[in-house]
Amino acid sequence: MNFVSSLLEALESLTSNKVRTALTMLGIIIGVGAVIAMLAIGNGTEQAIVGEIEGIGTNLLFVMTNREDVTNPEPLTIRDAEAIADPIYAPSVSAAAPVIQGQAELTAGGNVATTGLVGVTEEYRVVQNVELSEGEFFTGTQITGLASAVILGTNVAEDLFGRSDGLIGETVRVSGQPFRVVGILKKKGGSEFGNSPDDQILVPLTTAQTRLLPRTTKNQVDLIYVSAIDADSVQQAEDQISLILRDRHKIKLGEDDFNIISQEMFLDMASTVTGVFTVFLGGVAGISLLVGGIGIMNIMLVSVTERTKEIGLRKAVGAKKKDILTQFLIESSLLSVIGGIIGIILGWLLSLGIGRIAAASDFILTPAITINSVLLATLFSAAVGLFFGIYPANRASQLEPIEALRSE
Amino acid sequence: MTEWVVEAKDITKVYQMGEIEVHALRGLSVNIAPGEIVSIMGPSGSGKSTLMNILGCLDRPTSGEYSLNGEAVAELNDDQLAEIRNRGVGFVFQSFNLLPRATALANVELPMRYAVLNGRNRKKVATEALEAVGLGDRIHHRPNELSGGEMQRVAIARALVNNPAIIMADEPTGNLDSKSGDEIMTLLKNLNKDRGTTLIIVTHDPEIAELTDRVISIRDGRIAE
Repeated sequence: MNFVSSLLEALESLTSNKVRTALTMLGIIIGVGAVIAMLAIGNGTEQAIVGEIEGIGTNLLFVMTNREDVTNPEPLTIRDAEAIADPIYAPSVSAAAPVIQGQAELTAGGNVATTGLVGVTEEYRVVQNVELSEGEFFTGTQITGLASAVILGTNVAEDLFGRSDGLIGETVRVSGQPFRVVGILKKKGGSEFGNSPDDQILVPLTTAQTRLLPRTTKNQVDLIYVSAIDADSVQQAEDQISLILRDRHKIKLGEDDFNIISQEMFLDMASTVTGVFTVFLGGVAGISLLVGGIGIMNIMLVSVTERTKEIGLRKAVGAKKKDILTQFLIESSLLSVIGGIIGIILGWLLSLGIGRIAAASDFILTPAITINSVLLATLFSAAVGLFFGIYPANRASQLEPIEALRSE
Repeated sequence: MTEWVVEAKDITKVYQMGEIEVHALRGLSVNIAPGEIVSIMGPSGSGKSTLMNILGCLDRPTSGEYSLNGEAVAELNDDQLAEIRNRGVGFVFQSFNLLPRATALANVELPMRYAVLNGRNRKKVATEALEAVGLGDRIHHRPNELSGGEMQRVAIARALVNNPAIIMADEPTGNLDSKSGDEIMTLLKNLNKDRGTTLIIVTHDPEIAELTDRVISIRDGRIAE
């Protein structure tokens, strides 16, 4: 019995009861579709988050005070940042940008807005890759001279003035003090982490320290952004920063009173989280595929019972056990493979749809259908068809020819 | 030894029906020569169908020796029996037993599909077989488009397509009107004459039995003399 004719016969048998075949396939279609869509969304989410983190810059390090493990940490200062930026002690560091962060109430022309405020130095521009849609970034004299200058995020500008251009030279009151607008940040769009630069304002670090966000220690900063000279030097830069800060903070033993967080740690964290997420979604979808497989087994058992007489006749004219076995296995595999192919298309459409919905709600998610997930779904559905076909097919092949012939 | 197509000696068959043992055949011997037309007669329950199943290798005897075409069948496994049925025996059933969704041609091709030699000219051989039974113009019809007599002709074409030594017919005219029945009997007799195929017909109809060379009467699992 050659394979092509067996295949044709199986197809004919499946098309002879179209409604039943369609309903049986539906289980597999939904199962495979769900697996494909869920994996695509999981992968898409991971890529979106990774992209977001990498967008900040892969060679970026965050240095902050360790308040959890140390009771009386020495705060970070501008001097620490200057030491970190020293090319002799830290050759792997290209720039260090100390900042202080807080909230401020802004008023302009009767409009009030509460925004995030960041006190920055010139290095901030390099480290954070700041781009302005108009105006100029703070100059060295503005920063050392405690200038009352402010750079607005686009959303802040919209809130205060109803527009985000032609605002250079306007006056904004920050915590009641008049500041002159010197620049507008370029719009960055939605951010998964909530604190988009669109909703922030920048002021010179010295101005923030002395007049807006006073800190207990002189020259104290909240956070130092450090950029390594390249992505490969991040680890060396981290080691050099540790050495410098331990020396400056006089730490010989025990916990450091600062933490250095690298982009890689964020990436690791994010991919762990999204990995769990993907496995979870895929698992739930896999269960529905399993249920689809049980549907196949059910229908194949019904089919064997219905066709007992046919099986008897085939055996009478010379069909061997393996002929009957392959006949039913081909039918069940065909059911699941065709269902699987339709399911892949459905899953693809589904993930496209979900991507659209996500985009509409400002969450950039491009569902990623990988070759792996397609292969996984195809192989899994074929395996489901084979596995759940074995029992009914085996039952058919074991029938005694005379008893099968005698049945009605 | 090979002068008989069918050589059965002291065949018994015991069925276990729950607690009770049913003796369907109680030591029955029968020899049939090549080219013979034999009818097996007997009332229902006499064991004639059981005998036919054993002679046709659909079933194994409980004890006794049976050789088909000189080949001892007792030692063979299920797959070897299937091969013997495929090559050596053609079946014609009372209820035709055609595949309902397949055309006459596909039905006739079926035994060839399970044959060891998977001939390329299956379609040609099947068409010739259908022509031989007078259905040359019906080869693409499905069973539900054929009359009872035509369906039985398809079944006969299917039975002879692998050139078996024996055709076993179990009440071949039982579901047909007398005119179609006569036609089927004529056809079977002609096949016997043209091809020399041995014909074993199980029937309870004395008129059919009269058309055969020899009548084997069975009663209570034994040959009734």
